[in-house]
Amino acid sequence: MSITVCVPQDSGALAVGADNVAAAMARLSTTSGLDLRIVRTGSRGLYWLEPLIEVQTTAGRVAYGPVTTDDLPHLLASDFLSGGAHRLRIGDVEQHPWLARQQRLTCARLGRVDPGSLADYEHHGGYDGLRVALKLTPQQVVNEVIASGLRGRGGAAFPTGIKWQTVLDQPAAHKYIACNADEGDSGTFADRMLMEGDPFSLIEGMTVAGFAVGATRGYIYLRAEYPHAHRALLRAIAVARDAGYLGADVLGGGRAFDIEVRLGAGAYICGEETSMLESLEGRRGEVRVRPPLPAVKGLFGAPTVVNNVVTLATVPVVLARGAAFYQNFGCGRSRGTIPLQLAGNIRQGGLVEVAFGLTVRELLYDYGAGAATGRPIRAVQIGGPLGAYLPESQFDTPLDYEALSDIGALLGHAGVVVFDDGVDMLEMTQQALEFCAHESCGKCTPCRIGSTRGVEIVHRIQNGAEPAAALALLDELCETLLQGSLCGLGGMTPFPVRSAIKHFPGDFHRHWSAH
Amino acid sequence: MTAADAQAVRDIVARFAAIQGPVLETLQAVQSALGYVHDDAVRLIAVGLNVTRAEVHGVLTFYPMLRRTPPGRHVIQLCRAEACMAMQGRALERHVLQRLAADASSSTTNNNLTTNKMISLLPVYCLGLCALAPAMMIDGAPVGRVTAERFDELLTELQAMS
Repeated sequence: MSITVCVPQDSGALAVGADNVAAAMARLSTTSGLDLRIVRTGSRGLYWLEPLIEVQTTAGRVAYGPVTTDDLPHLLASDFLSGGAHRLRIGDVEQHPWLARQQRLTCARLGRVDPGSLADYEHHGGYDGLRVALKLTPQQVVNEVIASGLRGRGGAAFPTGIKWQTVLDQPAAHKYIACNADEGDSGTFADRMLMEGDPFSLIEGMTVAGFAVGATRGYIYLRAEYPHAHRALLRAIAVARDAGYLGADVLGGGRAFDIEVRLGAGAYICGEETSMLESLEGRRGEVRVRPPLPAVKGLFGAPTVVNNVVTLATVPVVLARGAAFYQNFGCGRSRGTIPLQLAGNIRQGGLVEVAFGLTVRELLYDYGAGAATGRPIRAVQIGGPLGAYLPESQFDTPLDYEALSDIGALLGHAGVVVFDDGVDMLEMTQQALEFCAHESCGKCTPCRIGSTRGVEIVHRIQNGAEPAAALALLDELCETLLQGSLCGLGGMTPFPVRSAIKHFPGDFHRHWSAH
Repeated sequence: MTAADAQAVRDIVARFAAIQGPVLETLQAVQSALGYVHDDAVRLIAVGLNVTRAEVHGVLTFYPMLRRTPPGRHVIQLCRAEACMAMQGRALERHVLQRLAADASSSTTNNNLTTNKMISLLPVYCLGLCALAPAMMIDGAPVGRVTAERFDELLTELQAMS
């Protein structure tokens, strides 16, 4: 009988040698006469243990990690194919405290299933949500999503069901579902993990959305930096189409839905929804003036649901388990679970899906085990390059939309980037403004010109020239960006800049005394 | 542009002419077939899709990953975003630039960090490998926790391949 070994194909695991491990195992299979069945799964999200391989034994799955090709001879000698003892043995990874404490709803299948196998997906509850939706009216599906309290996980946190209602209410011959898979925020990778490790969940979520609002066509706008996700999506879409889950008559229910993937080309701004629509239409990704909202006049002028990957991949759970089940997780107005992404200078980085309400400190130390360098954590940036920096004094803030908003920060796409005490916050301020200048689409003046002026002001502070005047001017510039920008790129650049100045003033004064 | 390349562009244009919003898709297809978008291709695309050359040029120059000149034989995408900065990404970047004997002052422009005939070094802002920083992608293969020593090994491998 063959022995099943799961080796992740997630690009994070590939980045630390998972392909080499899989290839070495395949060679073992032929040279030692072992009958190995190597399954390429997604990642569980414990990135410091990647490549994390799991052996299917009679007593369940036994994990080992991080495994390199050099470890394989010794692992074999330790009889790891029967779950033998070894210094890399983790045992049942689902009992690992890092994973056992999580509440994985959206990311439940990550690392457990073969992302190309529809049978695997269905065996783990896949397409239960769509089957429920097919028995409901569109309005009932929308009601369920509204009742779940699900809010857009891409960053804006707008109630998903309300957006769907707006699109449902539009009398139009054509409507679209546009999935925003332009996950550009530094420190975020939940969309990537889902698309690589469980692409059917996104396909199912988009199909449900299509039924709910009366759209027959979906587009996934995927960033070009994710070639592995691209391949996984194309494969899964083809499989779903062959099995009747996509096409002219989905599951024989008389309703049509199909999905096309379109690639971006390196522009961060195309993660902004109206810019994304421009790019999907093949043009420069310049931001549109709102109103009209995309829900009224979106892709190719038609009413369009724009949701990100995590949001859409959560929809099947909401339908399958019910709004009440999902709504029961979380705190305050932040309902359900949030896939937090722990990154940067952190010992145990990865994916932490929990109910809203975990504090920053719990995430950093209970999950992250402190900085990778072993030095004190000085700052974290939450919500991508346009998110605020938090100092240690704010680490007891719960990771939910309102609590972060109350301290002038934001959750965004829930990426948390950790910096140790070697960080220079003036350099990070420069980075924020340079990034805004680099990525500005050029449509509105505050962002196009202001970002470049901001970089110049930072250079003046670095050179120690007229520091007080420079800081005052920078603050005034932030106010202009905040008030005058068309979209979040210019409008949110003040978050990292102002929080850095407010919480880490010493880094801005250092250069004065030097002159 | 050679006659064969021109024909390849015309074939691609014919394939995409019927889709909704074809310009970006066509440019990407041309780049993936020929490695970059030649000025002559811009003219052919404009004619074939019945749009102005200015429109094609506008799209071509908006997106950082679209190229108007041939890339090196190998492409290294180096992440410049915050999570990688938190793990000494900028020190790695200086090392890489030094190894490729390039000018560091070009590092914050919208263009290629540097190109020599063998290697194009391109800045990217996030590869989604933020828990394994600093990260890069070499000819489409992700590499995490890159140190200066590891980069030198990878570079030697690339040079041996050429």
